[in-house]
Amino acid sequence: MRFMTMIKSDESMPWGPPPPALFEAMAAFAQEGALNGTLIEQGGLGSSAQGAIVSLANGSIKVVDGPFAESKELIGGYAVIEVRTKEEVIELGRRLLQIHLDNWPGWEGSCEIRQVFLDNGDAGPS
Amino acid sequence: MNDDSARPADPSAAIEAVWRLESTRLIAALVRVVRDVGQAEDLAQDALVAALAQWPESGIPRNPAAWLMTTAKRRAIDQFRSSERRDRGYAVIARDHGGEAMEIDIVGAIDHVEDDVLRLMFICCHPSLSPEAQTTLTLKLVGGLTTAEIARAFLTTEATIAQRVVRAKRTLADAGAALDEPDPAERAGRLAAVRGVIYLLFNEGYSATSGDDWMRPALCDEALRLGRVLTTLVPKDAELHGLSALMELQVSRLAARTGPGGEPVLLLDQDRTRWDATHLRRGLDALARADALSAERGVHTLQAAIAACHARARTAEATDWVLIAELYEQLARRTGSAVVEVNRAVALSMAYGPAAGLTLADQLVDLPALRGYHLLSTVRGDLLEKLGRHEEARIEFLRAAAMTQNDRERTLLLARVGRLSTDGPAS
Repeated sequence: MRFMTMIKSDESMPWGPPPPALFEAMAAFAQEGALNGTLIEQGGLGSSAQGAIVSLANGSIKVVDGPFAESKELIGGYAVIEVRTKEEVIELGRRLLQIHLDNWPGWEGSCEIRQVFLDNGDAGPS
Repeated sequence: MNDDSARPADPSAAIEAVWRLESTRLIAALVRVVRDVGQAEDLAQDALVAALAQWPESGIPRNPAAWLMTTAKRRAIDQFRSSERRDRGYAVIARDHGGEAMEIDIVGAIDHVEDDVLRLMFICCHPSLSPEAQTTLTLKLVGGLTTAEIARAFLTTEATIAQRVVRAKRTLADAGAALDEPDPAERAGRLAAVRGVIYLLFNEGYSATSGDDWMRPALCDEALRLGRVLTTLVPKDAELHGLSALMELQVSRLAARTGPGGEPVLLLDQDRTRWDATHLRRGLDALARADALSAERGVHTLQAAIAACHARARTAEATDWVLIAELYEQLARRTGSAVVEVNRAVALSMAYGPAAGLTLADQLVDLPALRGYHLLSTVRGDLLEKLGRHEEARIEFLRAAAMTQNDRERTLLLARVGRLSTDGPAS
């Protein structure tokens, strides 16, 4: 089963920037994911100031450059994970947040976990 | 609800998830400590049982891997104290832990994880084991699959698999497999064995048909995962990247290779928009890594390079058959395989016309290795038909139909014979 995990947080970072210890712990976590074969790919996202939103409403398409008005729940990074059960990816999400708890005092946020549908009978809309 | 520990709705499912993530390196580290595969697995299982008893109450510990390791090692030490293997056991633990036999070295265990997992793979693919024992043990100990899952994957009974595992462990113990440290020259051979086992697992899953149990295709995922693990452990091995490339490129075609009624769809007839772009890209990337690491392509890398020719072609017509024919020639030289020559004959016919393919195919007819090989007759029939030599084509198709074990294929061959008779030779 393939999942996409997205880490979401307040991009204004009222608790301060990430300390070096977080990067070290995240690198070790990624290495662990490579070692047990679960991590397919991962990436960090730039701030919303570097992005844009293209939206369609009332029959018209609009482009709004970042930073986004709503900054509380923005995706900061993602990973594509291959596991055998949903519980495994939840456990990996729990570890990811444990790393934040241990290394980034005051940080709050969430890890959203979504299944990626594959065209091989592995998963379908349900 | 406790604030400082994550309590999932179904604790046993969460514990099983931890087990699936951790069992390989747990067993691998324990093999280093106790130098016995069977005992290492038992200790790991004991730790799992302890987790199932305690975690629903206490919540999953902050570092579940370290918890399982500590529990298993404590138990190992208890066993050494009370068992008749006491002297040998103490000696091993004392040596590994600088004499502080009672100190449980969690940090050390985690530092060694790369070596441990690789050692476990080498042991599971030990030359003293048969190929089927190697694949079974790899799935059990490195893959963390249950006996029941392995039995379903191999379309056999749990008792058969359980017995195979017991025998394999005994063979390993007799051979002292967990004790030997292969030197660099041996390592290359052992690595080749591991690659072979992974590809065997992959093909076992890839050959599954639509009516088969879902555990069979799951073998493909497991083989891909083992490929990823192994390339992390031995990143400089070119042929390993070639193997990953081959598996990724083949699996990218999984969905496209069966039609709506479950019937097989041949490569050139497949809807290429259904090829999985992620697998395809990963396959091409892995092939590029293999080529960057070594100028000389191994068997898996050559096969991957052929698969890549198909992957790069947007349409069947855009396939670079000249390059494929060249790659088959290199592969034939490396493997000495007559079957590869049959494939080369097809590639030559696609590149230079049916006469060029037939020239090679005709040379293969008398090879003892291809006696009774129905695909050679099918290929010759096809090429003869294209050249308008219908009477000879008819004989080849009938010969192939008599040799094939596959009913669907026989029906298709006989249908071609029927078409030949009604069409008559081209005037």
